[in-house]
Formats: sequence, structure tokens, C-alpha cells
Amino acid sequence: MTAEEITAVLEQELADAIAGADSGGMHPHVWVTAVRLHDVMQFLRDDSRLQFNMLRCVSGVDGPASNEIDVVYDLLSMQPAVSELWRARHAFAVKVRLDRANPHVPSVADLWPTADWHEREAYDLFGIVFDGHPDSIKDHDGLHPQRILCPDDWVGYPLRKDYVFPDEYHGIPGKLEAVPPGPG
Amino acid sequence: MAKLTDKMVEGQPDLLADLDAETLATDDLLTEEMLVNMGPQHPSTHGVLRILLRTDGEVVREATPHIGYLHRCAEKIGENVAPFQFIPTTDRLDYLAAMNNNQTFSVAVEQLVGIEVPERAVTIRILMAELNRIASHLVSLGAYGLDMGAFTPFLYAFRERERIMDLFEAACGARLTYSYITIGGVTMDLPDGFTDACREFLEYLEPKIHEYNQLLSYNQIFIKRAGGVGVISAADAIAWGLTGPCLRASGVRWDLRRCMPYEGYEQYDFEVPIGLPQGGEPPVPPGVPQPRVPRGVVVGDCWSRYFVRVIEMYWSVHLVRQALDRLRPGEHKAKLPRSLKLPVGEIYFEGENPRGQLGFLVIGDGSPVPSRVKVRGPSFNNLSITSHVCRDCLLADVPAIVGSIDIVMGEVDR
Amino acid sequence: MAESHTRSAYGTARQAGGGRRSSRRPAALIFFGAVVAVVLFVWALAAAFEYVDGLVVADSHRVAETGEIVRTRFGGPLTTAEIVDYLPERLRFRPVSWLFWPLQFSLVRDAIAVTGLVGFVSVFTMYAIWWERKVAAHIQSRLGPMRVGGWHGWAQSLADKIKLLTKEDLVPAGADRILYRLAPYMAFTPVLLAFVALPFGTYWVLRNLDVALLFVLAMLGIEVIAVIVAGWASNNKWSLYGGMREASQMVAYESPMGLALLVPIMLAGTLNLAAIGDQQQAGFHMWVVFRNPFAAVAFVLYFVAALASCKRAPFDLPEAESELVAGFMTEYSGFRWGVFFFAEYTSMFVVSGLATTLFLGAWYSPLPAGWGEALAGGGVVARAAHGLLFSGPLWFIAKCVALVYVQIWLRWTLPRVRIDQVLYLFVQVLLPLGMVVLLGNTLWVFLVPEDGIVAVVANTLLCTAGVIVAAAFLGVAVVARARRYRLVGSLAVDHLPGA
Repeated sequence: MTAEEITAVLEQELADAIAGADSGGMHPHVWVTAVRLHDVMQFLRDDSRLQFNMLRCVSGVDGPASNEIDVVYDLLSMQPAVSELWRARHAFAVKVRLDRANPHVPSVADLWPTADWHEREAYDLFGIVFDGHPDSIKDHDGLHPQRILCPDDWVGYPLRKDYVFPDEYHGIPGKLEAVPPGPG
Repeated sequence: MAKLTDKMVEGQPDLLADLDAETLATDDLLTEEMLVNMGPQHPSTHGVLRILLRTDGEVVREATPHIGYLHRCAEKIGENVAPFQFIPTTDRLDYLAAMNNNQTFSVAVEQLVGIEVPERAVTIRILMAELNRIASHLVSLGAYGLDMGAFTPFLYAFRERERIMDLFEAACGARLTYSYITIGGVTMDLPDGFTDACREFLEYLEPKIHEYNQLLSYNQIFIKRAGGVGVISAADAIAWGLTGPCLRASGVRWDLRRCMPYEGYEQYDFEVPIGLPQGGEPPVPPGVPQPRVPRGVVVGDCWSRYFVRVIEMYWSVHLVRQALDRLRPGEHKAKLPRSLKLPVGEIYFEGENPRGQLGFLVIGDGSPVPSRVKVRGPSFNNLSITSHVCRDCLLADVPAIVGSIDIVMGEVDR
Repeated sequence: MAESHTRSAYGTARQAGGGRRSSRRPAALIFFGAVVAVVLFVWALAAAFEYVDGLVVADSHRVAETGEIVRTRFGGPLTTAEIVDYLPERLRFRPVSWLFWPLQFSLVRDAIAVTGLVGFVSVFTMYAIWWERKVAAHIQSRLGPMRVGGWHGWAQSLADKIKLLTKEDLVPAGADRILYRLAPYMAFTPVLLAFVALPFGTYWVLRNLDVALLFVLAMLGIEVIAVIVAGWASNNKWSLYGGMREASQMVAYESPMGLALLVPIMLAGTLNLAAIGDQQQAGFHMWVVFRNPFAAVAFVLYFVAALASCKRAPFDLPEAESELVAGFMTEYSGFRWGVFFFAEYTSMFVVSGLATTLFLGAWYSPLPAGWGEALAGGGVVARAAHGLLFSGPLWFIAKCVALVYVQIWLRWTLPRVRIDQVLYLFVQVLLPLGMVVLLGNTLWVFLVPEDGIVAVVANTLLCTAGVIVAAAFLGVAVVARARRYRLVGSLAVDHLPGA
């Protein structure tokens, strides 16, 4: 199926969840409202026409100018074959636009287990909270997925555009000026 | 019995189910569980991976990978420098397959900007990428032997890899982080005599692969250790986003070079090997002794993952030969403006790396610096299945499984 | 094809500097000269002991009174008179007597023997480590240690020992300090004690115990406790795993090992190692391993179990470095770590020594004894030559070293077995096999007449197989040596301009 056809199917089946579409460019995608994301993803995975069986990537994209933060889900549909080469049916992307101050989106880790780590990474680096994530912990930031790349007690979300690197972390200087002069 | 099962973990198969309560009580067979840290300094975690093991004696109940020790903010660097300057950072993602990383990122940016790459440059790129695939699989092969306690294949593999490094050094001066393949082509043309040296190496390597099969792949102890261990079904592999040899070993004949061709891979002749049950005969290039899957091997187990890489080396040799034949004089690089402005737009591109599909999401906003570069590391996805597979296996199986997944921490942590 | 790759930048440089190669020859001469010197030294030592024995025998007039032929290392006791005959006129009798006077006291002789034994063990271990590194390197197409001492890094182990002595001796926090410090010596002492009963020759044994075999096995068994103690005392989970693995592994390998060793005991009818060895003196066709098919299987069985008992690959699970970091040795450093290494290599020699004594003709040469009869009946020099060629500690050491080589070779070839597979192998495969072998051997002893056609045919076939195997090993070694090619330096770069 082409990107236009996929968009058409989605707009037909889940019209209320689709906030917009861009199926012409090099990265065809639809915009989905955050509350309906899980339904859309489930539809994309289970519908017999679409069958997106592989979630390739979950990326956060920060946009401080518009005070928004996006999540991009890249999907791929692989057509099984018994002993021949599998075929690539189609690839597509789903985007969600979230409020930068309080980004919340349903987790899709129950649909594709690979989303588990990807969502942890998106929380770690962007602070996007995936509700219903299987590996969530509750602390002063509320219930959120565990960090994955940064230490558990790291403060802030490093890939946000306005992130300022901390001056110090457990006694390790974070700025070059703060490094004490060494011998010689 | 109720009291005894209290200590059992919910949802876990009960290993002591066959024994009656009396035996358990009298023989004191119940043991306490112990948490063990495997890594980040451990000989067989392939870098700085930490796996937290919950063990009951030798049985591993649960293995949880903890990553991030090698996090170097590659994506943050990506949105602060121009794509040309990001190439050296891609070298350091999967540092065992730097050429492939360069190639994938270059193709992503070229497609975004719309750059036509000269034919010679494309051929050189495929040549280099396949050579690097061989080098990467050699390391994987040797290190997997090491995980199993066989030291010698590691040295043999590094001996051959050294010669590939020599070839790369001759081409670009670097031996590990090449930055050779770049946006619009390759940084410099091949030196004189490169093709002869390359052909000579391929002549040398092909029989050696057969030797490694004799030494390691068909070794009965090795088959006993790797065969039937860490079985990943095709459905699981796809659901966990496994790609590359790990996916193919589960019986999925999927290779981006064939399924979603880029860089003109569709013009080359090669087969995609997959994991086969015992007695299976994976396809090999002509002139190579036909390998056969031995007894005790299941589709999707560690041995299959290992062996898919071995067969892929044969096919990479075949591909390099084809690329050498196709090499014609010409430009090695497209003419590009000094400051390459990225258009407003985005692209998500995946290339077939030795470890799986390396993906780049590049978003341009009209300036020379992309506003977002997301790296989808194949090892990151492949590693995420560890805790699913390492359940109720033995302690010695954990290195076997992690080794067969063949991770590079530089790419997991980025 | 291989030859075409030997051209290289380094290779040409080496050919240009040919002077270096020739300058190495004296070093090689010195090395092999040293080997010859060691041989001569052992021989001279044998003569000295022979002389003392002669004194003892002559003093007690045992030969004269009983008429029994006492066979010693040289085929018969030397007497003072015989020694003196070979001395210059001026040196006769008195100086020699004075020189050897203290040796008549058994305490003095024991002290010297123990010193010699400990010296031998230390030197052997050191060179076994060096040798293992060289063998491993050559298997892996490397060179191994090449610098220390000059000729092929012969002093590498010595330098390592000095380094280990000067390294910090760490005791981890929370460790059981006493047991932690004790464990290496608990490992080394029993293995060293095993040498008390291990005969290097008929009389070359510190104490000729009637239960020598049991004693050696017991000592090897105690070593296991040290590993468990080390694993426990280190306060490290990996160490604990190592210790527990060793414990479970021992339970598995001891039983097939014991069953395999019952076969030569049954054939010999004694537990006295010296006596078992003496029964195989007639030549290699009398070796226990060729006596009947069951004995041959028992030898293989014993050797596999022995690999496990020395914690050698493929059964090196207690220290499996890809799984358990370094197993029970994880926390050890410095000399204590070195002592564990000492114990490992020493026990390799001990188990090889047992295999040699019980199955491979002990200290007797494989040459048929009849060939040496003329020498055995001759004078001092002839008898000494007979001792060198047809029996004696040199043969014993040579056979042990060959078996140690096989252990090294296996280690660098095979992957490691998993713990459940080890237990399965020993308990469910080798233990029943051991029982079958034992039963078969019993029936063989009862039913097959010793000089009957069946026994002779079996012996001949097994001997032929043994000769073929030995010849094949030698042949492969020679061919491989002839066909080897050196991988020197980089190979591809020198084909290219500017490289």
C-alpha cells in the first residue's frame, strides 16, 4: 500500500483520532491525538490491510519554539514467506504532538515489546511520560518509565533544546571551568 | 507444599515440581535466590554492559540488562554539528562496523538533500561496507568462541581482521574509525593496487572460513553449548524489533539489502541465509564447500545466530568480488557545496549493518545543522530481548546468549 | 597460496637484518646445552644415590646372605669398590667416603630428596607455565613471550614470579581472613605431598608406600577443599560459584576416576605404585594400557576424569573466565594467586604421573627390555647407560611431560563444557562406562588365559593401534612444522604504494 492509501484507511476507520497527515514527503506520517494513540497503533498492527508487525523506532523530537514535543513512531510491515525472501509491504510513521510542559502519551509496549526500551529512552532524554509503561517507577516526578541511559538520579532531560548541563554530578564537575587545575 | 512454594517466583516454571514436599523438606533442596551483578566489568559482557542476574544456584531466574555506561550523547552531538561533522561520531556508534555506519548516515542525508552519488563511489562504498561486514562478523565469531571458553578462534579471527584493517588503512589511513564513506561519495579514491590486494585477501579468507567451521562451528562441545539454547521464535524476534543475523536466525528471510534495496544492492547477486533446522543446507556461493546444520540445533538458537554470520561472511566475500568486478574509473565523490544546507523536511532511513538495521531519523530545518538526529541502534533493540530469553537458563548460558546476540555497547548506549 | 602472503614490510626488514638471526644461535646452544646439563646432572645424582645404596646393601650384606637380586636404578647396586675403581689413584676411597659419609643417615637423605623434589616441582611448574604460553601462542599463530631472558622468553615465568612476589596481597573486605590466606597453601600442600608416594623410578620414591595409589588420590582430593574454601572465604559471589562448581564437579569425576583406576590395580594386584610400575618393565607391549581392551578404555576414562580433577579445559568450570570472571581466584592477587597456579600445574604433573605409572609403563623405556640385557650385566658405565636408556626418572618425566602437553593442547582447542553437561557426562556416561570397563576387565582376567591366543591377539592389536596413534601424532607434528608459514607483520599494506 502506498502512504496515501494507508492514510485513507486510517482516516476512514479512525477519523476522530487523526489530527493531520503528510503522506507526500520522504517520511510519510499521520498526526494522531495522544489520547487515541494506543487505539491507532493497535489498529495499525492488527488490521489485515496494514499489519505493521515491526516497530522500528520511537523518537522524541523537541520543539521549544512552539512549546511542543513530538513522538515519532516508525513502523514497518513485513510480509512473511515460507522459504523465500520476506517482502517489505510498506513503511509508515505515526506522530503525536504533546504539550512540552507535561508530555503524556499511552505506552505501546504491550503491542510491541521493543517499545519498552525505546520509551524508556524517550523518557530519559526528553521527559516524555508513557502511561502504562511496564517498567514504571513512582517518585517525585510522578509515575514514569525508568531511565535507561542516564543514571537513575539524573536531573533533567538532556536532549531537550533548552537543557543546561549540570555544574556538578556527585562531585564530578560538569563544566570545563569547574575542573580543578591538575599538576602541570 | 504451600509453604514451600512461597519462595517460588510467580509465573516461573517450577523446577522442583516433580519432587514431593517430603523430599524437598528432608533433602533441603530449596535454596535462596541470589542477586549477582554481571558487569559492567566482566570478561564476557562485550564492553560495559551490566546484567543483573537473579539466580537460584546455577539457574538464572531473571536477567535484567542495565545499559548507559557508554552513553556519549551522540544524538545531542548530531543536532549541534553539520552532517559532515557527524560522520566521525557515526564511526563510534558501532565501532566494529564504522564503514557501514558511515554509509547508512550518508545515504540518509543524501536522500534528504537529494544528492546523486557517482557510480564509482557507490561501488567503493559497497566494497568497503561488505569488507567491514566480514571484519565485524570475524570479531563476533572469535568473541563468541571466547564466550564459550575456546580461546584460539578469537586469535585466528583477529588475524584475518587485521588484514582487512590493513586494506582500510591503505584506503583511508585509519584502522578503526574510518570516516571514509561520506556524504556524496567517499573521501578519497582507492590507492593503486588495492583491488589486487583485496582479491588476494579474499582468496586467502574463503578457505579459512571453512577452517573455522571445522574448528568451532561443528565442534560437538560448541554445538552442545549453543544449540537449543536461547531460542527466539520468529514472532518474538519481530515483536522485539530484532534485526540482522538475530532476526534471520529465527527463520525470517529478511535483509534490507534485498527487501528494501539501497545503494544499488539490487544489482548484486547474493542470497540471504537464515537459521535452519538440523540437516539444513544454507545457501553458499559457488565453489564453497556446502555446510550442513548439525544435530542438536534448533531454528532461532544461539548456534543459528552464530552460523548465520558465518554464512554471511561467505556472501560478503562474494559481494566484494562482484563490487571489484564492477569497479570502473570515475569520480569518487559528488560535487557538493562547501556548506551543505539541509532542506526543511525529514527522513527515516535504515541500512543493513552487520548487527542489524541501523536507522537514522534526520530532521532538517533549512539550516546546515539538522534539528534532530535520532539513531536507532540495532544492538539496542537486539539486546532488549535478553531478559525475555535469559529466563530459567543456566548461568553459563547467559554469556552464550548475550554473545550470540552480538552487541556493541557503543551502539546500545550511543 | 600461503607462501605468497609471507612477503611483508617486516619480513624484508628481518631478512635485511640477518645478523640478528645468527646472533641468536649461541643462545639456542646455551639452552640445549642446559638441557643436556640437566640430564647429566640427574644422571650423576642417580650415580650418587646408587653408590649410597651400594653402601647400604654392602653393609647389610643383604645380597650375600639372601642371594636375592636387588634391582636398583642401574640394574644392580654399585659398590664402593666399583666406584673407587673409576677414580684416579690419589682420590681413591677415602675422599669419596668422606664426601658421602652423611648420606648414610636416612634423615640426611630424606632432607636432600625433599629439597630436590620441591626444587623439581618449582622448576617444572615454572617451565610448564612458560611452555603452556608458548604452546598456546603457537597454536594461535602468535609467538608468545619472546623477550625476557633472550631465547624465546625462557625467563618469562621467573620474571612473572618476581612480579607476583612484589604485587600487593589484597584481602577483600568482609572476607574470612584466615581461610582466605590459608586456601592457596591448602591447595598446594596436598599436591606437593602427593609426590611423596609418586615413584620416579623403582627406588626413586620418597616413601614406597603400600597404598601409594590411595595416598595420591587422597591428596588430589584434598586440593578440592582448598578451592571450596577459597571460594567461600573470598566474600565474592563469583568465587562462591567457582567453589560450588568445583564441589559438584568433584563428586562427579571422582567415581569414574576411581573405577578406571581399579583396572590397573586389578591387573597388578597391588596398590604399590612402584610395584605396579615394575610389572611393566619388559617393553611397551607390557604396558597396562595395551594389556586388554578394557584397560585401554580405562586409560581414556582416567585421563578425561584427570582433566576435570586439574580443572583443565574443557572442564575448567571453577575458574571459567567467560562466566565467573576468574571463579575461585577472582579476589586473589600477588603470590597467593601464583600459589594456586603452582598447585594447578603441579597437579597436572601428578595426574600425568599416575597415568604414566599405571598405564604407560612407568619409568621404563618403551624399548623391549631384551635389547638392554647386555648393558644391564656390564660394568658401571654400561649399567649407567642402561639406566639412562631403558629406565629411570628421565623416562618418567618425559612421559609425564607428554601427557601434560596433551592437556595443554586440549585446553587451547576445545570450548568449555557447561556444568550440567559435566555432571551428565561423568555421572550418566562415564560412570556406567567405568562399571562396564571394570566388569569387562574382571571377566577378562578370569576367563582369558594370559598367554592364550585371545590375549596375544588383543595385545598385538592394541600395541599396533598405540604405535599408529603415536606415529600419527609425530607425523602430524613433523608435517605441520614443515608446512608452517610465519605470519609476520601486516600482509596487505606492503603491496600498496606509500606503505
